[in-house]
Amino acid sequence: MSKVRVLVGTRKGAFILSSDGKREKWDVSGPHFAGWEIYHVKGSPADPNRIYASQSSGWFGQVIQRSSDGGKTWETPGGEKMPTPGGMPAGQSNKFVYDTSSATGKSLTTHQWYDGTQHPWEFKRVWHLEPSLTDPDAVYAGVEDAALFRSTDGGKSWRELSGLRGHGTGPKWQPGAGGMCLHTVILDPSDPGRIFIAISAAGAFRTDDGGKTWKPINRGLRSQYIPDPSAEVGHCVHHIAMHPSRPGVLFMQKHWDVMRSDNAGDSWQEVSGNLPTDFGFVIDVHAHEPETIYVVPIKSDSEHYVHEGKLRVYRSRTGGNEWEPLTKGLPQSNCYVNVLRDAMAVDSLDSCGVYFGTSGGQVYASADAGDTWAPIVRDLPAVLSVEVQTLP
Amino acid sequence: MIRVVLPAHLRTLARVSGDVEIEVEGQVTQRSILDALEARYPMLRGTIRDHVTQERRPFLRFFACQEDWSHELPDAPLPGSVASGAEPFLIIGAIAGG
Repeated sequence: MSKVRVLVGTRKGAFILSSDGKREKWDVSGPHFAGWEIYHVKGSPADPNRIYASQSSGWFGQVIQRSSDGGKTWETPGGEKMPTPGGMPAGQSNKFVYDTSSATGKSLTTHQWYDGTQHPWEFKRVWHLEPSLTDPDAVYAGVEDAALFRSTDGGKSWRELSGLRGHGTGPKWQPGAGGMCLHTVILDPSDPGRIFIAISAAGAFRTDDGGKTWKPINRGLRSQYIPDPSAEVGHCVHHIAMHPSRPGVLFMQKHWDVMRSDNAGDSWQEVSGNLPTDFGFVIDVHAHEPETIYVVPIKSDSEHYVHEGKLRVYRSRTGGNEWEPLTKGLPQSNCYVNVLRDAMAVDSLDSCGVYFGTSGGQVYASADAGDTWAPIVRDLPAVLSVEVQTLP
Repeated sequence: MIRVVLPAHLRTLARVSGDVEIEVEGQVTQRSILDALEARYPMLRGTIRDHVTQERRPFLRFFACQEDWSHELPDAPLPGSVASGAEPFLIIGAIAGG
């Protein structure tokens, strides 16, 4: 029987929740990396035993952890003790250094600060790890301050794909309230050269040549909080989702507005429809129904909790515009949690499972595509990310 | 043998318990201690000093013999009692965060 492994990153460690295909009884393992902020944990599609985790701390900075046995044991890749004294240590796995080579030029060195002045790029942490679809040793890292890095040696060393920051609009990017983070990385399963990324607050970008050159894909987005609401960049995109069978169709939860694109981001249309509020962070797509999508509406950008004290997932079976609230098993009074951008995921069992984690430390699961929900755990630290692995 | 006291989170990361003992060649300074520490425990690189600038991370401080050495030059000699192992070199995390 198939199994499911839910990888949860929290403010104070990582947790791994495991169940069989029924998804009724769960084993909880953790905390892993207790006391550290775990922004993201994600498994390799090419080898589910290979899992990467982003471990960070305001005191000690960034560490990359890697498991090769499905999360039972972890190592800092390249951080092994040296076999001979005097040999140079590796220890490069937590080293993220921006490309400042002369070939890429001065435009890489600054972005717009909160007050409109230019500010140097400063590495803070890894927000998102996206393993390659085909190679367990290849993985992308979306970081704050916004940039994309890639490792091809299992996380031992990282190199920036500097064409993103260098394509021309970098000096206009500015941090959102949560920092200037590259939080979304989507690999196109039909085209190895195509990658979508999103940055708060710059917008969405696409490469068609494996990361050498990039272009903004924000046409159709309107953001009233920036001087030019239809600017090429400057939009606070919160998350983007794609169904692997239709890589040209993208769904976006923007700061305000739920959007879709049917041409790989070249243009976007609003599909907020009848949502009670179209502010939010997460958005995801059903594993088997490419037009079924999920969001969790949040009251507003100044009140980061769910609307009316009710935790409701909204599902659209029409690719947007027409939404239904999913409430069965979720608290419908006195609930004031948030669901952050990387904190929803789906499994690929026949009856699609949907999972999300809250700022209150609950991880909810639905084994019937959202019709009914139950908490797997209720009292974890605030949840930062949720990913799911469907195992044979 | 130099004794180094690490914050709890770095002991976990380096998979050690208690004080760390390391050999330091030449003069015993903050830099030579940290170089030796990172050579033996490469996973600690970047967690105490910035990878590129080699500057102390802002929320960490270095103490020895009841003195704060955080703002001393990294190549300034540390007291003989640290070099002899009688006193430890302490890496302390700031008490912050409420």
